[in-house]
Amino acid sequence: MADDDITRRDQAGEVGAPRPAAEYESLLPGKSGLGEILAPAAGFGVTFASMFKPTVTEQYPYEKVPTKPRYHGRHQLNRHPDGLEKCIGCELCAWACPADAIYVEGADNTPDAQFSPGERYGRVYQINYLRCIFCGLCIEACPTRALTMTNDYELAGPTRRGMIYEKQDLLAPLGDGMLAAPHPMVPGTEDDDYYRGDVAGPVPEQIDWVAQWRPEDESLAALRPAGHEQSEAR
Amino acid sequence: MGIEDAPSGFLLTTVENFAGYMRKASLWPVTFGLACCAIEMMAAGTSRFDISRFGMEVFRASPRQADLMIVAGRVSQKMAPVVRQVYDQMAEPKWVISMGVCASSGGMFNNYAIVQGVDHVVPVDIYLPGCPPRPEMLLNAILTLHDQIQAEPLGVNREEAARAAEAAALEATPTSDMKGLLR
Repeated sequence: MADDDITRRDQAGEVGAPRPAAEYESLLPGKSGLGEILAPAAGFGVTFASMFKPTVTEQYPYEKVPTKPRYHGRHQLNRHPDGLEKCIGCELCAWACPADAIYVEGADNTPDAQFSPGERYGRVYQINYLRCIFCGLCIEACPTRALTMTNDYELAGPTRRGMIYEKQDLLAPLGDGMLAAPHPMVPGTEDDDYYRGDVAGPVPEQIDWVAQWRPEDESLAALRPAGHEQSEAR
Repeated sequence: MGIEDAPSGFLLTTVENFAGYMRKASLWPVTFGLACCAIEMMAAGTSRFDISRFGMEVFRASPRQADLMIVAGRVSQKMAPVVRQVYDQMAEPKWVISMGVCASSGGMFNNYAIVQGVDHVVPVDIYLPGCPPRPEMLLNAILTLHDQIQAEPLGVNREEAARAAEAAALEATPTSDMKGLLR
């Protein structure tokens, strides 16, 4: 009993069997003369030529190339010119969000604590950046243009909890001449006047109100000349 | 006065700093793209963003030669054991970046097919939001990880840190029990 007894199968019909090697014939016409001698070096011409082209690499952490102006980055909760918040706690952004990334809890404005024009303000405002897909549907849904997007994109963090941004993280910083909320609306105005842009900044009545109830407020110092505090004691 | 009287931790801290500096400068990511985030991860390797400026242009095809796993894309329930196996095959020390919202928390795919965050399967060092994150965001996450690696403890300090982290993890509410936005 030996291997000789086993007849070999004909390889021609077998799938994947090695074929006899054929001579390789190039379809391209060959070069002749000097071209043939320089052919191995000609490929380096591309390499050498690219040395004189301008570099395309962006030196990201050192030089930040600005994004396009309408890039969808981190959100921002805006303010009216007198410092009241634009968010009215209507939750339309949370309803529009396809990823359920936004959580809003509205509350009533009271005469003692008026955060936004009108009846309601957003007491709790959270955006979970581990769910947010930056689609901008919340921005489209916002009726008061309270929620917009910045071009800020550096958001990485080591914990899940840290990636949930609260209201104080999202609220826009106070601009020039703004007075920190809460404070009453401009006397004689409705919330509609705020939305039409008729309010240009804080009026003396609002500044006096903040001086009476929160005299240590930081935004007060810029709006009120020093030495004015004594006359406020009533 | 012997060496045991030397200021506590002085020698080890110097070694830690040196090792951290060496480790952070030679991270090798494993080739592991799951979805669209992988396209941005590849873009980070192109000449415009050039991840090789940070010594990590070689995306290793074998997990045994890699020490950074960038989970780029949504992890389906079927892929979860594979992710874990690739992670287990990587040699210590190893780190994980969860790239994009789907890998970090399931993102907009809150359904039965997608793992709601790859941290259910492997420990994540850096979460990176975005859908998908642009290459700059990935570079930013990598640089954040570099800082973390630089400050990583070694030896006795590492054991202490690990023990403290484990105690904290045992105290903490499991992710599956969390409610609201943390789910």
